[in-house]
Formats: sequence, structure tokens, C-alpha cells
Amino acid sequence: MEKHITLPLTEELADTLHAGDTVYLTGTIYTSRDAGHKRMCDTLAKGEALPFDPMDATIYYVGPTPAKPGQVIGSAGPTTSGRMDAYAPTMMSVGARGMIGKGARLPEVVEAMKKYHGVYFGAIGGAGALLAKCIKKCELIAYEDLGAEALRKLYVEEMPLVVIIDSRGNNLYDEGKAAYLASQK
Amino acid sequence: MMREIQAQQITDVVERLCIEANEQLPGDIKNAIRRCRACEDWEIAQGVLDKIITNFEIAEEERVPICQDTGMACVFLEIGQDVHIVGGDLREAVDEGVRRGYDKGYLRKSVVADPVRRGNTGDNTPAMLYTEIVPGEQIKVTVGPKGFGSENMSAIRMFKPSAGIEGIKDFILETVETAGPNPCPPMVVGVGIGGTFDKCALLAKKALMRNTEERNPDPYYAALEEEMLEKINKLGIGPQGFGGKTTALALNIETLPTHIAGMPCAVNINCHVTRHKTEVI
Repeated sequence: MEKHITLPLTEELADTLHAGDTVYLTGTIYTSRDAGHKRMCDTLAKGEALPFDPMDATIYYVGPTPAKPGQVIGSAGPTTSGRMDAYAPTMMSVGARGMIGKGARLPEVVEAMKKYHGVYFGAIGGAGALLAKCIKKCELIAYEDLGAEALRKLYVEEMPLVVIIDSRGNNLYDEGKAAYLASQK
Repeated sequence: MMREIQAQQITDVVERLCIEANEQLPGDIKNAIRRCRACEDWEIAQGVLDKIITNFEIAEEERVPICQDTGMACVFLEIGQDVHIVGGDLREAVDEGVRRGYDKGYLRKSVVADPVRRGNTGDNTPAMLYTEIVPGEQIKVTVGPKGFGSENMSAIRMFKPSAGIEGIKDFILETVETAGPNPCPPMVVGVGIGGTFDKCALLAKKALMRNTEERNPDPYYAALEEEMLEKINKLGIGPQGFGGKTTALALNIETLPTHIAGMPCAVNINCHVTRHKTEVI
């Protein structure tokens, strides 16, 4: 099913999404990869506040190329999400229920998604030039020293995504492959 | 007679190839993606392939990186034995080319100085440099930026010879199946068979640099390339792992003689952004 949704990703909105849905996302999202997640989780462990309000937030696992003059951002496709599996349950526990990336997740991430109404969206890996087109604003908000891995606040319009894992734990990677194979019999 | 080549010329070529390889997909890969799109009958897979095509068209037209992971710069130099490099150190000439290319091309700097203690080098150096001495008086420079989403899903295994061709076939399929959605399928699969542990891995990497429209010159391995591509495309992983026919665009095999006691096999996975560009000095 094709859906156009506007953030923030509330529990109610999250629960309307199903694995396999094509989603066009509009609103504010935050970028972070391995090093940024590690810092955020260290911050939370110390009982301190994150550089942004995580409630109902969506995090895009991306390390963009530097913007050329006149560009909002450089090429900006997703990185492999599995490297953030160690941090994702902690991030969801403080409300950041949306994740955008590519590739498989661990069972403990899926369990946390069921508990906190999380949604895992897939952006097309390797389509960085195309995805940059829907990023209309980009603002560096923290961890500048991490370069491509710094924490950025983005405003995206109609970002083309697919729901890979929904808040009930349904997984397109399993279901899509199974349905295709069944269609070939 | 030795032909003199200035180190500066090598720097200039590496700089240019780093930028161009990251913006322009090779013709054979573009053809393969378009061909697979035409044969793909699964709806979600068709949508993904359409976006992948639009993406490389935008990159080429607007001269921006196809993918944000602009990779580690793998640089292959085939140096003619009658060439004398003057005016600088070869290693430094190549690294300077990478440094300039990644700066001027607005490419991402993705190299850390230490594998355990990390720390970005800030300029994407050092290059992964491979040199080979060949006959002649030219230098053939190939730059293949390699992303790590796919590199991380690669594997090597030291088989007993008794495992035979079936062992190798199972290993290729198992590596692709385990990789699943992670390496940004549709993938390109580079297979190395033979040599030593290290040479085998290099063969797999070299297989990824070969034109995917050319089959291995040995009919036995040419047939194996075709058979394995067909088998991979029956796994159902599909573009991005969402299901479908197009799991791999191509599979290239490179081989070397090996020891009586062994049969090494390496599988180097690449994504649909299989980039490389060559120039002869």
C-alpha cells in the first residue's frame, strides 16, 4: 500500500504502518551512525539530555558526502542498520521510534520495536543522489568533530521509503522473499 | 630504453579517476541494471530498480556521487617494466591523487587510521594500493572505490580439495544468502579460486574490476559463472532484499594455480554501485 505520512511518528501513526508499505515521508528527521549513537547512548547512561528531543523522533542512519556549493546536502543514502543494533533499543526506550536504514536487524531490536511501537523503514541503499533530492533543509546540531557522522537535523519532503519491519514485528525481508518464491512455484 | 613518467602524472590521473568513478557508473553495470529491470516481474522489485536507474542518471548528469559511501580507494597499477617513475615517491603520488580527488570531488572521507582505535584520517588516504610489473612502457591505472556495506559481507574459505566444485558452489550461494539485504542488492559477485590465502582474496577483488559482459576465457569457468548467476537469482532476495528475481547483476570468477593440499575460495561482494575507472599513462 502507498502512504504519504507526516512526522512526528506518534505511537498511533506508527501502528497504522505495515511491513511492505511504500511510504513517502515528510517532516523533520535526525541523522546518526555508529559513532553518534555511541555518544548518545553514553549521554543517556550518564542521565544527561540528548542534543534533540527524542520523543516520537525518527533517526536516519546516514553519513552524507560533503555538500557541493549550492547543494543542501551531498549524496545521502542509508548505511547498514545492523551496526546500530546495539544502540537502537536504548534509543527507542526514550521515544525515538522511527529508524531509516537498510539491511537486517537483530531479534532484540524487533522485540524493542514491538514494545515501543517502533518502525524500521528502508531507504534504497546506493541511491544517495536520488535521496538527497528530498532533503530540503540540513542543519548540523551536534558532534561536529565526527564529520560525516555528525548529528544533523534534516527536513525531508516525500522521502521514498518502504516499511521493512512494522511495530508488530512483521518483516518484509522474510515475507517479500517468501511471497516471491511462492509466486514462482 | 626506459620511458620516464613523472610521479605528478600519476597523481593527476588518480585524482581524476577517483572523482569520475564515483560519479559515473561503468557502461556494463548500467546495461545490466536496465536488462534486469526489463526481465523483473515482481512489482516492488521493479520500483526499486527504477529508482536505482534514476539515481545513477542523476549522479552522472549533475556530477554528484552515486552513493554516499564513496569507499576506500582501491588503486591498481600495472607498471610496465620499461617505465622509470621520476620526480617523486610512487606511494605518495597515489595517496596525493586520492587526497585531491576526495577533496575536489566532495567525496566522503571514510578511512580510519587504526582498525581498532579508529580516528578518521580526514582525507581518505591511504589508498589500498596494488602494483604489478608487466611488460611494456606504460602504466595502467585503475581506481575502484569500494564501499563497506558490501565489503563486510564478503568471505573466504580454505577448502580441502575433496570438497570439489560442489563445495565451491555451496559456499558462493551461502555467502550471498547470508549477505541478504545488507550489501545493497542487486549485487555483483567477485569470486577468486586458487592461489594462496592472500592471492585468493585479491583474485576476488580483481574479478569485481572485470567487465561483467565478458566471461572467463576458460569455458569451464565461463559456464560456472553463468550457472552461479542463475542460481543466485533463484534465491528470491531481490533488489534491496524486498523479494524478486534480481539478486545479482553479474558474477565474475578469476582463478590461479594452487597447492596440491588446498582449494581456497574467496567471495567478494559488491553492490549495484560497482565502480571502477581505468586510464593508461
